Amino acid sequence: MTKVVKRGVFGTLVIGIILGIILWGGFNTAMEWTNTESFCISCHEMEENVYQELKETIHFTNRTGVRATCPDCHVPKEWVHKIVRKIQASNELYHKVLGTIDTPEKFEAKRLELANNVWRAMKKTDSRECRNCHKFVSMDLDKQDSRSADAHDPHYWEAVDGNSPTKTCIDCHKGIAHSLPAGYDPAADATNEG
Amino acid sequence: MKKSITILLMVMATIVFSSSAFAGVEFLRGNQELMDPAKEPDQKKQQVVQGGFERSYKIQPPMIPHKIDKEEINMKVNTCMKCHSEKTYEEKKAPKAGDSHYVDRDGKVLETVSSRRYFCNQCHAPQVEANPLVENTFIGAK
Repeated sequence: MTKVVKRGVFGTLVIGIILGIILWGGFNTAMEWTNTESFCISCHEMEENVYQELKETIHFTNRTGVRATCPDCHVPKEWVHKIVRKIQASNELYHKVLGTIDTPEKFEAKRLELANNVWRAMKKTDSRECRNCHKFVSMDLDKQDSRSADAHDPHYWEAVDGNSPTKTCIDCHKGIAHSLPAGYDPAADATNEG
Repeated sequence: MKKSITILLMVMATIVFSSSAFAGVEFLRGNQELMDPAKEPDQKKQQVVQGGFERSYKIQPPMIPHKIDKEEINMKVNTCMKCHSEKTYEEKKAPKAGDSHYVDRDGKVLETVSSRRYFCNQCHAPQVEANPLVENTFIGAK
């Protein structure tokens, strides 16, 4: 190789690396920006309905002042799952443009369907986003009320012994961060705790 | 002269009597002046009691022996029925809502809780460890 060609290769490499950092960094920054609560509630659909409900729950107001934001529960932390979820979100943008849920009444009419979508996704992933914070290995059942401890006990041992879980968080803990939809019957929910 | 003496006496008498009348009265607010800011009430936790509370009289709606701050009772949903319904009470080892709760106003027996008994906490209340502000000699019927 001549000196000129060598220098060309080296130059391309350096430019490529710099461009890569800028592009990748930019992409990541932009994606993280869409992963903030202020971005989520910049749409009135989210701000006026689900966000107001969240504020009343333990995931927003509690003894310790630690709180969950929208993406903590609704966007996966792992890169691949996160990208998949972000691509799925284009459907949400489409319905934002259509105005599918742009009034509280429209939202209320769709709530059962939307809630079912989230519940199905959480069931499928074994409540992955819950478990980013809530881990059985760190859960002290002795510090829980007897009702909670009794209900958690079999699933605690499944997790500790490494057996496959028979139930997942969302099976019992529906409607903990937002109001439950009309048409959901807690008594008839067969997967419900126990 | 006589008149002013009478008025003076009357005023003095009023002061003496009214102050003596108040002297024996204790207020619930204690030594707090009327215009002072109110004392902060004690923080009280809801009681969790295994096996539930004793009833004080025969037809008393049972009191709730656990926390209910995460339950939701509104037009759309009633999460108490997660455990206390006819479908789930056995599995959850929870008391089932009484039979009277399944009867509507026409005396018809329904399959689910009647709408007039739907809002549990209209009659059933959770309890906190709060001492009565005044002495109370009530003893429940056994």
